[in-house]
Amino acid sequence: MTRVTVVLTEADRAKLAGEEGDAQALAMRIITGVAETMGAASLLSIEGAHIDSCLYHGRSGIDFARRLVDGDARVCVPTTLNVASLDLLHPDLYKGPADEAAAARELMSLYEAMGCAPTWTCAPYQLEARPHFGQHVAWAESNAIVFANSVLGARTHRYGDFIDICAAITGRAPAAGLHLDEHRRGQVLFRLVGLRDELLDHDVLAPVLGYLIGETTGDLVPVIEGLPPDTPEHRLKAIGSAAASSGAVGLFHVVGVTPEAPTLADALGERAPLRIVDIGPPELRRARDELTTVRAAGAPLGAVSLGTPHYSVTEFGRLVELLAGRSVHPGVACFVNTGRDVWHEVGLRGWAARLEAAGVQIVTDTCTYITPVMGEVHGFALTDSAKWAHYAPGNLGIEVAFGSVDDCVESAVAGHLVRRDDLWGS
Amino acid sequence: MAGVRVVVGGVAEGRVVVLDEPLSFWGGFSAEEGVVTDEHHPQAGVSLSGAVVVMTGARGSSSASSVLAESVRLGTAPAAILMQRPDEILVTGALVAAELYDRTVPIALLDDATFAQATEARAARLSADGLLTLM
Repeated sequence: MTRVTVVLTEADRAKLAGEEGDAQALAMRIITGVAETMGAASLLSIEGAHIDSCLYHGRSGIDFARRLVDGDARVCVPTTLNVASLDLLHPDLYKGPADEAAAARELMSLYEAMGCAPTWTCAPYQLEARPHFGQHVAWAESNAIVFANSVLGARTHRYGDFIDICAAITGRAPAAGLHLDEHRRGQVLFRLVGLRDELLDHDVLAPVLGYLIGETTGDLVPVIEGLPPDTPEHRLKAIGSAAASSGAVGLFHVVGVTPEAPTLADALGERAPLRIVDIGPPELRRARDELTTVRAAGAPLGAVSLGTPHYSVTEFGRLVELLAGRSVHPGVACFVNTGRDVWHEVGLRGWAARLEAAGVQIVTDTCTYITPVMGEVHGFALTDSAKWAHYAPGNLGIEVAFGSVDDCVESAVAGHLVRRDDLWGS
Repeated sequence: MAGVRVVVGGVAEGRVVVLDEPLSFWGGFSAEEGVVTDEHHPQAGVSLSGAVVVMTGARGSSSASSVLAESVRLGTAPAAILMQRPDEILVTGALVAAELYDRTVPIALLDDATFAQATEARAARLSADGLLTLM
């Protein structure tokens, strides 16, 4: 196994040598180190970045950001910030230790000091300015990465914490991975067979399908055949976020739907797939059942959590419609996570006030499974998100059930689990 | 040694822990305790602290680099990670830990044959010149 040499431009070398300051040099060391791992022949220029490093995981995050700020770091491309550990618009929701909140706020401020926009959302693709087809960006946050690549046709590799800000500071990223045509071809073909039309046209299919695909594909590029041509963005978002939780999926194609897959041959890059997997009702039912950890019949419903990834305006509209003027049962704590931009829009439409009057707590800037905002949950939690269902048991130490948004609303109103099972075929 | 490419250098020695499925360090590993916390994972509850972790690849979250760096800071990190497929997110975490704390989790990529041997080993040692010894 030979070592790879990354060919740097004169400008890259100047940054690496510290001619543009300590922060540029540190950032360039990380970028070139990762570029070597990826086998990149060179670096390429990016036009935007989305930073996940602003979410507090411990002192090391602050140590790194402080080192950058002390080295005069400034981002050189438009850069958005992911969710953080605090809801700055609803600070009273936070129920964790005060010193941890102070540390989380310190980290957020350090990223703002580098010139990042305080968007605080895991769904930057729901902001007005979003990358366009073919544009190279450096995005972190697994659900945002997969959306940018698959739905927008922008190009980002699966970046993680630290390298995201290094790319934003240097404006450079490894010319490798999902930036290159050769790694964007579909490799595993998933064919939907024998599904009822009602399920094919239901929101609940997307997260379950995504979860199953992520488990099966690992880090290959999946192609889905058989979804309706008018599949809306919020379902593609649910497929991607689920597939990036159960697997390392950074790009998927849906034939006749996503921009790099007008036809099956386009999606596969004119090659034969490595594998063909047929997905029918039994496979989907199995994946759906994996998302529910609560086993005891009659366990009490304590909470409902929606909006992972952050709810869009469209999804809020659906929630208001499903609630139909009813209120959440007093025994159930009901939360919806969203970004502050969407929250603002939802407020202008009068929906935020209606939801809050109905007992729905809107959470902004953060998410219910990464920070203590839900308080003690008396019973299990129900969600419409495969990602939330996957991570919440480990993060929060609670039991979860998965259902459609319709199930979530009916259960929240009734105060106990109401779930429609007939959609999934027999 | 043929079949080994060190992507984050360092010296390490420890018992081998084989992960039967890819693991996301964020949401799947506790930096405070050094154990696997993903309830869906076959090695749930197993300590990786001080171990040479053998895994085909990683999965999931972008935050895995933060969790790995934090575990280095807290002294709960694996001794080394041996992988079949490179994972840029873990590599980033290891590189940043080296910058901040002058210690890290060395990461090496193994070819298929060496990887198969590593899954059978009880312990492993990685030397400064990139030599991997499986015991």
